[in-house]
Amino acid sequence: MFKGGFIQNLPKIYGLYTGGFIVFILLMAILESAGVSAANIGIMFVAFTVCIYALIGYLSRTIQVDAYYVAGRQVPTVFNGMATAADWMSGASFVAMAGGIYFGGYTYMAFLVGWTGGYVLVSTLLAPYLRKFGCYTVPDFIGTRYGGTLPRFCATLVLVLASFTYVTAQINATGTIASRALQIPFELGVWVGLISILLCSMLGGMRAVTWTQVAQYIVLIIAYLIPIFWMGNKLGNIFPHLMLGDEVQRLAALEAEYGLVKNSAADIKSAGVPGGLKYISNPHSAVPAGGMAVWKYLSLAICMMVGTASLPHILMRYFTTPSVKSARKSVAWSLFFIFLLYFSAPMLATLSKLQLMDPNLPTAIIGKSISEVQSIAWVQNWMSVKQVFIADFNGDGILQLNEWFMRGDVVVLATPEVAGLPYVISGLVAAGGMAAAMSTADGLVLAISNCLSHDIYYKIIDPKADVRKRLIVARVLLVVIGALGAYIASMRLTGILGAVAWAFDFAMSGLFFPLVLGVWWKRANTAGAVAGILGGLAAGTAYLIYVGPKFMANTPWLGIDHLRFGIIGASVSLIAMVVVSLMTKAPSAATQKMVDDVRVPSGRAILGKQH
Amino acid sequence: MSNKEAHWTKTRNHMWVTLAIWFFFSIVIFMFGESVNQASFLGYPLAYYMSAQGSLLAFVILIFWFANKQEKIDDDHGYGGEREDD
Repeated sequence: MFKGGFIQNLPKIYGLYTGGFIVFILLMAILESAGVSAANIGIMFVAFTVCIYALIGYLSRTIQVDAYYVAGRQVPTVFNGMATAADWMSGASFVAMAGGIYFGGYTYMAFLVGWTGGYVLVSTLLAPYLRKFGCYTVPDFIGTRYGGTLPRFCATLVLVLASFTYVTAQINATGTIASRALQIPFELGVWVGLISILLCSMLGGMRAVTWTQVAQYIVLIIAYLIPIFWMGNKLGNIFPHLMLGDEVQRLAALEAEYGLVKNSAADIKSAGVPGGLKYISNPHSAVPAGGMAVWKYLSLAICMMVGTASLPHILMRYFTTPSVKSARKSVAWSLFFIFLLYFSAPMLATLSKLQLMDPNLPTAIIGKSISEVQSIAWVQNWMSVKQVFIADFNGDGILQLNEWFMRGDVVVLATPEVAGLPYVISGLVAAGGMAAAMSTADGLVLAISNCLSHDIYYKIIDPKADVRKRLIVARVLLVVIGALGAYIASMRLTGILGAVAWAFDFAMSGLFFPLVLGVWWKRANTAGAVAGILGGLAAGTAYLIYVGPKFMANTPWLGIDHLRFGIIGASVSLIAMVVVSLMTKAPSAATQKMVDDVRVPSGRAILGKQH
Repeated sequence: MSNKEAHWTKTRNHMWVTLAIWFFFSIVIFMFGESVNQASFLGYPLAYYMSAQGSLLAFVILIFWFANKQEKIDDDHGYGGEREDD
């Protein structure tokens, strides 16, 4: 059945895998109807999928440097696209995005535009050129293009800061899902999550992460789309994405009917609403009026787009393709696979909002009496874990739109229950969320540890280290970074941990212009790069501390709040880099020739196969 | 002009065209979000639709188009090698 090598057989292998997963879902459905408890089905879903990933990780073990760092540069275009999509879509995309749209409406959807539009920048400005360079890590490019230890070190600094901001949130998400599905305490769930992540990456590095990420993408996309199509069909829309126009308009009419009331902070406090729970106060599809609203939307989209093009764990995925041409195509496939989930999230938000709001549907709760709503099983379940809350502000005993509080994650996690789908779907969703959080955490932990082992240990501390020693260092660092992330996640320091958006802002502040100008501006030199990285990072961080609600909490300047501090950082980075480059000597002829060679898509990579 | 320079000029122009289209779908449409939303498509208000699906789809198509056209530029200048060692 399997002639030829592993790479030639990939479509067959993953085809079988997908078939096997569907059989597993059906088996669970049969077990459910045979009376197996919901809790056990959840455990089986998460445990089974994690074991499969661990098996793939074990089978991909390697002792070669280029296999460990860049999967041997032989990952085919489409599969690299799937792996990037899984690498990209985090627990936040899977669990929180639909919830964000549910509460934020149109304004929140700037994230959708930003997190997809960024790939146009990746593909036109960076990915093909970085692939031609033949680097192992992003600082590897900065270090070779600009020469010297200092730029490499500075780039490492940004990489670690941006990726670590991101990874604790991912380990936190694996912990949350593992603890809920396996019914263990959160602190233990975090460590179970960490072990699963390390099983996937430790033995095989990038090679193992690549093949597990493909497997995780398949699970997460199936888990996201099935509930949407199922629910859509219940409401009579065979293909919900094309057919929810009326539903969106119906929501606007219902909003007008119920009224979008803003609760005062004092009311929320005195009613004792648990932290993190939200209520609907933004219109679903209407565009808020005024120039400031437009700027807020655009500035958020810009930060997410530019940040996407600077995030090292994404860029390094394009180092694994066989050629420049396939790196370019692979970006296109990545965005296609990401698109499948992203254009479904607003539909999920629309459907689940309608289910709660439309009085013509049996699932509606808004406008009903509060005692009646409190007796619904799923409301009780989620209320007992403080994810849902009802506050009767006006004391009329009827549930108003502004009296219903919910955590954003509940939109994805509880929708199957709300819509009355069988429990097997909830188990599937848990497995999908776990896959999304694990795949991103894997990519991030690997990006950090590869960078520290290659750029700091091998390139700066001990350039004479042999292959065996380098790979041991890389693996030790992987475990240390992962454990550090899990330790911080287990302390639940939500008070000081930042938003996911911060990772994008840090990356764009320090890395975007040094990377782009390294390819597109020959005159950029070492001093300019150092000024660009450090200036951007310092300005961005200083501004974050100035406006951050958990820090000095000053009034943002021109509406640039803590989610958008990258605008300040990147602008400073650009100016510093251009000014300092022009004030100092032009780069050497050898460096300029290197840039010329990077611009030619065929021929040998700049850096050797083993370096 | 050498072959290398001609190739780079074309590559650079192609990049600018791609980024101009990208700018339209990511920035320009949403600059006028309020008036764009008055129009409708498939029953969705248009700015809502673009933000939820339309611009996203435009980006997907744009990147595929970009990659295909760039490959053609590379081939025309003899840089169409598939692997590193070609």
